[in-house]
Amino acid sequence: MDLSRRGFIKLTGAGLAASTMGALGFGLAGAALAASVRPFKLSAATETRNTCTYCSVACGILIYSQGDRAKNVHASVLHIEGDPDHPVNRGTLCPKGAGLLDIVRAPGRLTMPKYRAAGSREFKQVSWDFALDRIAQLMKQDRDANFIARNAAGTAVNRWTSTGMLAASASSTETSYVTWKVARSLGMVVFDNQARV
Amino acid sequence: MTNTWQDIKNANVVLVMGGNAAEAHPCGFKWVIEAKIENKAKLVVVDPRFTRTASVADVYAPIRPGTDIAFLSGVMRYLLENDSLQHDYVRSYTNASFIVRDGFAFEDGLFTGYDAEKHSYDKSSWDYELDEHGFAKTDDSWQNPRCVINLLRQHVDRYTPEMVSRICGTPKDKYLEICALIASTSKPNKALTSLFALGWTQHSVGAQNVRSMAMVQLLLGNIGVAGGGMNALRGHSNIQGLTDVGLLSSAMPGYMSLPKDSEVTFDKYMESRQFKPLRPNQTSYWQNYRKFFVSFQKAIYGSAAAVENNWAYDWLPKLDVPDYDILRAFEMMDNGQMNGYICQGFNPMQAFPDRGKIRRSLAKLKYLVVMDPLDTETANFWQDYGPQNPSDPSGTQTEVFQLPTTCFAEESGSLVNSARWLQWHWKAVNPPGEAKSDIFIMTGLYRRLKALYAKEGGAFPDPLLNLTWDYTNPDEPDPSELAKEMNGRALQEVKDPTGAVLLRAGQQLDGFAQLRDDGTTLSGCWIFSGCYTEKGNQMARRDASDPRNAGIAPNWAFAWPANRRILYNRASADLNGKAWNPEKPVIEWNGSRWVGVDVPDYGPTVNPQDSVGPFIMNAEGTARLFARAALAEGPFPEHYEPFESPSENLLHPKVRSNPAARVFAKDRDAMGVAADFPYVGTTYRLTEHFHYWTKHSLINAILQPQEFIEIGEALAREKNIEQGGWVKVSSKRGEVICKAFVTKRIKPMMVDNKPTHVIGCPIHWGFTGLAHKGYGANTLTPFVGDANTNTPEFKAFLLNIERVRQPSAADLAQGPRNARGSERNRS
Repeated sequence: MDLSRRGFIKLTGAGLAASTMGALGFGLAGAALAASVRPFKLSAATETRNTCTYCSVACGILIYSQGDRAKNVHASVLHIEGDPDHPVNRGTLCPKGAGLLDIVRAPGRLTMPKYRAAGSREFKQVSWDFALDRIAQLMKQDRDANFIARNAAGTAVNRWTSTGMLAASASSTETSYVTWKVARSLGMVVFDNQARV
Repeated sequence: MTNTWQDIKNANVVLVMGGNAAEAHPCGFKWVIEAKIENKAKLVVVDPRFTRTASVADVYAPIRPGTDIAFLSGVMRYLLENDSLQHDYVRSYTNASFIVRDGFAFEDGLFTGYDAEKHSYDKSSWDYELDEHGFAKTDDSWQNPRCVINLLRQHVDRYTPEMVSRICGTPKDKYLEICALIASTSKPNKALTSLFALGWTQHSVGAQNVRSMAMVQLLLGNIGVAGGGMNALRGHSNIQGLTDVGLLSSAMPGYMSLPKDSEVTFDKYMESRQFKPLRPNQTSYWQNYRKFFVSFQKAIYGSAAAVENNWAYDWLPKLDVPDYDILRAFEMMDNGQMNGYICQGFNPMQAFPDRGKIRRSLAKLKYLVVMDPLDTETANFWQDYGPQNPSDPSGTQTEVFQLPTTCFAEESGSLVNSARWLQWHWKAVNPPGEAKSDIFIMTGLYRRLKALYAKEGGAFPDPLLNLTWDYTNPDEPDPSELAKEMNGRALQEVKDPTGAVLLRAGQQLDGFAQLRDDGTTLSGCWIFSGCYTEKGNQMARRDASDPRNAGIAPNWAFAWPANRRILYNRASADLNGKAWNPEKPVIEWNGSRWVGVDVPDYGPTVNPQDSVGPFIMNAEGTARLFARAALAEGPFPEHYEPFESPSENLLHPKVRSNPAARVFAKDRDAMGVAADFPYVGTTYRLTEHFHYWTKHSLINAILQPQEFIEIGEALAREKNIEQGGWVKVSSKRGEVICKAFVTKRIKPMMVDNKPTHVIGCPIHWGFTGLAHKGYGANTLTPFVGDANTNTPEFKAFLLNIERVRQPSAADLAQGPRNARGSERNRS
């Protein structure tokens, strides 16, 4: 048995109680208690199957989060490890994947939409509505001014070249499909993802 | 990858060239070790640097960056010279016996048809001779001197071992040892796997680097077999998926392509995409293009795509240039031709070549939108971070939006790995603060724009107004619903000619074979069809069982196409349908159908006697040793020097670098010469970091905290540079001041009798995050790309280096110079 110091102290206390209980006919309680001590950190955690966000080996990972998904519980990630069932990584992770917890909880994670006005020296926090309304206006202004409906030969070409987009290659396939639909329905052709570089 | 990660264990020889799997893909690389231990495989590593992959190799050879085609053309010469071909495979499964049209030739570094002014070719002579039925003429006896195999023999004849060694700087004895190991897999029951990555693609000849190796593999009969294949070890977790869904300038989902201006009508568009077989009886699967296309238009435009409007063909944008790739985009931006740019989980400030040009160009935008979980350099390009990012905020008029997004732990959906597996993942927790998913943001922009166009009108709003959006939650569609739409379903009852119902209205499709070109089916990405059927989400399957321990795991997740794990697997069997390697069969003919551990990449009941080729996507039915007009710079690969190179082109001095590459005038002026920048630079990744993300991750920032370059001991002595000392590394485009790591891993190479030093530049630093502030290696790299893909030439360029004093504390201090206390959100 592999016990931490704290686990050992807990078990010792429980063992005393258990042996008393043993005298009263609860003989297996001690063994059951011993078995319950080791996984105490993760036993109350929720396990979620996921995929490492870095390279395309796509190692299976297990995310352990605090809380049971009850309505009033704020879940947070406690621990991430390799998925032993995954046929490629078989539970292993590399120096990048082993640090996944630190990227989920990185101090550089963004939490609020921010806006920097022309010529300003700073970002300001703004609401989602402000940001998306303003971006949509800017996109429409630019598109209406520069959209090419027909080329010089009169062919319908329906392209928009003055606003472009780079799509995220760590986002889901479903995200990419939504992105394609929106970008192309606007006629966007300056459009690439990380596969270009 | 043609094969799977686990299948690497089936190889007899593993060639890692153009990549460094042990450090960049460690958990995939375990299968190389498995091959060594369990299959007694030999590991061969060819790399400018003695990497950790090299440290466990049976044979390692150095190579000068940017000379892989010379090396591999030499390998082809060796195979042909020593008759180390898998003859039956080459004769029947490649276009070796096809006869090339008169008029095609190669002379002094150029193929027929070159236009020096346009830097491009008229490729009309790069084709086969056709007979009166439009079929390609062949000569199975290979007697005709115009047979592909004979032209190839002639083409690679110049790449003698001496010439390879002079160009590549690889010692001749090491080179020949590697040739012999590679040649050992020409036996029908032996396989070599090629593992490569950006080390081959990030060159002005990137596509031809990969193609050269594919040709080697075809000569050896190593495509389609267990333990073989061309295995591109891809970078980001869903870079394969975004490529599959067509998020590239000229692409559509499932490797269809947007129309060109010249394709004025739908019929004209289809003309070049009909893929009529070039030999009798061939599958030429792209003949189904119209079904994929119509079903796609139905997916995105619903009832607005109808036969009357040619399935809304004109609603797709048409292209007047081959691609609006990233290099063209930033050239346009620099010329004031762009106003807006949206960066979704992408950090061009660090990831694109010539950072000075990138910064200058972003400052010419009216608006920049950055969607990212992390605080990126791109979002902060306008701030003055000192020499690492010298910007003037008050002079920069760009409006910048920084939108916080979810990361992997906070969203559900599928990711496509290198082996084409669509694996579902599940959300564990909510995102921090007000961060939202990319789906929410794209939807938010779509719904606002749609409302504005509906209210105000404006430039051609029809595609936007008619886009299908029948999702349960129209503000943030559920990934499952999107996945179902990509899989495809019947729009109405589909019957066969006898009237029997094949599909009922609304039924999810089992696969792309059910797609129709009459508007009765929809599919958002035909190659994914089968991923979300009536049986449910196939991408979420978690049965890891692996019949015969073959490395296939057919019931784990879903692999496109059609859950096939090894592409071209018909080629794993001989002409009669028996496995070339009886110990590791993939599929075999049992007298009435193809059976085995994998889904056949072939008609399941097509008799081997019917001479249907295994390369079913090609109109020839064979693989191509001669590429016809598919590539920009020639139907055979040819060695061209990098755009910045210390060496002349020894084969043809007048044509030094890729003649078909596009270089913008300002960028040509920003190319350096060896007299000023005598050393070869190459960029790469460290095992502790992932691009520019992990400098935000505490443990990784501790493991590799600071920007450095790597040089050999000889160069360090010559330039009086100490281990850990400060240096200034410069190209014609910029300079980086960082620390020097003096190593035995890089040694000077003798290139045409001249010692050539290489400077290694790990890429991972920048001015945001927890690691020390740095510049980023792309401060130095040239603004030129591959002639086909325009993937930048990050792997070979020219540098100078000198010892400098430690920079001032102000230059090293974290944070922007205009910071006033709490304005930056750091905890």
